[in-house]
Amino acid sequence: MSEFWSWWIIAITLICIFGNFWLLHFTKKTEADECEDGTTGHAYDGIQEYNNPLPKWWLNLFYITLAFGIGYLILFPGLGKFEGTLGWTKENQWEAEVQQAESVYLPLFKQYENTPVTELVNDELAMDMGRRIFLNVCFACHGSDAAGSPGYPNLTDNDWLYGSTPDIIEESITNGRSGQMPPFGQQFNEEQITFLTSYVVSLSGRNAPENEIAKGKALYDTNCVACHGADGKGSHAFGAPNLTDTTWLFGGSRKVIARTIRSGRNGQMPAHKDILGKAKIRLVTAYVYSLSQEKAE
Amino acid sequence: MSETHAPTYNYEVVRRFAVMTVIWGIVGMAVGVLIAAQLRWPELSFDLPWLTYSRLRPLHTNAVIFAFGGCALMCTSLYVVQRTCQARLISDRLASFVFWGWQLVIVLAIITLPMGYTSSKEYAELEWPIDILIALVWVGYAILFIGTIMKRKTPHIYVANWFFAAFILTVAVLHIVNSAAVPVSMTKSYSAYAGSVDAMVQWWYGHNAVGFFLTAGFLGMMYYYIPKQAGRPVYSYRLSIVHFWALIGIYMWAGPHHLHYTALPDWAQSLGMVFSVILLAPSWGGMINGMMTLSGAWHKLRTDPILKFLIVSLSFYGMSTFEGPMMAIKTVNALSHYTEWTIGHVHSGALGWVAFISIGSMYYMIPRMFGRTEMYSIKLINWHFWIATIGVVLYIASMWIAGVMEGLMWRAFNEDGTLTHTFVESVTAKKPFLTIRFIGGALFLSGMIIMAYNMFKTMGAPRQQPSSDATPVAA
Repeated sequence: MSEFWSWWIIAITLICIFGNFWLLHFTKKTEADECEDGTTGHAYDGIQEYNNPLPKWWLNLFYITLAFGIGYLILFPGLGKFEGTLGWTKENQWEAEVQQAESVYLPLFKQYENTPVTELVNDELAMDMGRRIFLNVCFACHGSDAAGSPGYPNLTDNDWLYGSTPDIIEESITNGRSGQMPPFGQQFNEEQITFLTSYVVSLSGRNAPENEIAKGKALYDTNCVACHGADGKGSHAFGAPNLTDTTWLFGGSRKVIARTIRSGRNGQMPAHKDILGKAKIRLVTAYVYSLSQEKAE
Repeated sequence: MSETHAPTYNYEVVRRFAVMTVIWGIVGMAVGVLIAAQLRWPELSFDLPWLTYSRLRPLHTNAVIFAFGGCALMCTSLYVVQRTCQARLISDRLASFVFWGWQLVIVLAIITLPMGYTSSKEYAELEWPIDILIALVWVGYAILFIGTIMKRKTPHIYVANWFFAAFILTVAVLHIVNSAAVPVSMTKSYSAYAGSVDAMVQWWYGHNAVGFFLTAGFLGMMYYYIPKQAGRPVYSYRLSIVHFWALIGIYMWAGPHHLHYTALPDWAQSLGMVFSVILLAPSWGGMINGMMTLSGAWHKLRTDPILKFLIVSLSFYGMSTFEGPMMAIKTVNALSHYTEWTIGHVHSGALGWVAFISIGSMYYMIPRMFGRTEMYSIKLINWHFWIATIGVVLYIASMWIAGVMEGLMWRAFNEDGTLTHTFVESVTAKKPFLTIRFIGGALFLSGMIIMAYNMFKTMGAPRQQPSSDATPVAA
């Protein structure tokens, strides 16, 4: 803020506040020309006006709020560049609150930092904490029930893009994942995309025209095997989905599969190492790990 | 009305605006009841784009504020200015232009908002061609009103006209500054401002729409219809001077309280809060002046349902203008912001104050406008009063509970510092209160339908006083 604007703000603020003091003082004292019946003597469409004094309690209320305003603007930022005598800003209030919270809560999490996930899943308190972190942070994409939604993996089934071991889950949460399915709309024409779609559909045991499947397989073998594998079972190393099961990240209808081939997909799991820190990541890893373990048993 | 007595007043425009006030009130409130139902039963959008909450909500706000409230203000201001200045409107053609122009704006809003055309500025969603039309009509309205004041036959300007004039002039400035935009096509434009400056301009406009459209304008209404209906002199001339100047001076600053704890700089937030707190006394000045006008005539409240509407509106006004400064205090705002509490607060002002004072004023004026001594049924006015009052109370009480509850749920922590509740839990917990709010709104709407019935019956009844009221009464 420049000097000019700072002084401008100070000037109009003080004019407004002290203008009100003056207005109250002036009106309180002024003797209006009253008539004998106590009215001002004017009538508008038959409406007359008394000129009763300002109610005392109301006047005092007004003075108190004006005094409060002046006091507040001395203590807190408000008058242009003047920062207030308390040195308060919303940023330092926030930082102080975060610091306070961390000093209380961080030790609770720290104690689990180096506990193996396989042990944590049997610790009821740790699992409660992991679930709460999940419900505070992860629910927005994966859902409160962790069942995901189109584009966001279901974490309760046994189908994993990158693998299901605690280490791999922890890595996914810590550094995030970027799942790239390149678009083939430039390379293939619509007919070829139809063939490929038929082949992909057939991989999960569904019906498609035989001649299209054969043509699609030829295209698949030269373009898709690198990530999805010759058998279509995908690859944890690339995060390439298994195409032979009934789990579909973005949808398994012919229309959606064709769109995925044509336009590609760009799945982003954000890195949480700076958001959560090591200890909380360990706890939420254990919770996510436990979700599918129960089903596997 | 007979034009044989000279000079006569232009009641044609007043009559039209009065009828449209009731009709747009029903339309706007019906949309409000529908979206209240959608919040409780989301299936009610039927997957139709033009029936979604996001498109109907701006239609509701525009219809109740600018169609219902706007017609009520234009109706009463053009009546009051003629009566208290003892002068006919300066131009019948301009009056006609203001009426038809305003109706066109409303119809365009009803068409374009459900279609999804929006500038996305709250309470100013209409796209730029309609904004230009609004500006033209508004300038016409200002010329009509102020021109009539200038040719008044009374030595002074009555206090109601100060408030109406302040409302008209300020809304013109607010609308033009806030709507400044760069058009990219006939149906799309982008705001001339960016980032937190845009947010600040938006809420400078938004809060002054409350302060000048929904407060100053309706205070003008209050200053005529309450002393008229009560048959008592206004309580204090000097109080009206103080609270008028204090109110219009301080309201201008209050906008930043909508942006507490945002990217808006601390100094602006502080000033917004300080002036919102100072605003309490000037706001209450109007309430005191209206309420005390009734001293010596309190018994009339027992028998006169029109006076009930007018006086109860002041109670809600006093309550909302206490609640508002309180909610503007940062620590309170940290709890109330983004919750249903805000919705409750707005409706205690919008239904309790704005709608009640408008309804009372219309009941006073409609028989006079159509040559009758009183409304077709006084009993129905009484019914309307009680149904509407129960509706408002259900509405605001349910929103207080829902708002404070969800505010507390959002800030509840577990012993490990994580949040106790997921967001959807706070939504589920509100269900019973959203149902009560829907019922409250539906009751209020039923009251308006009773009013419309009463109005059309009054219009159809045989005339009792053909022209006497159209002649100015000597002061």
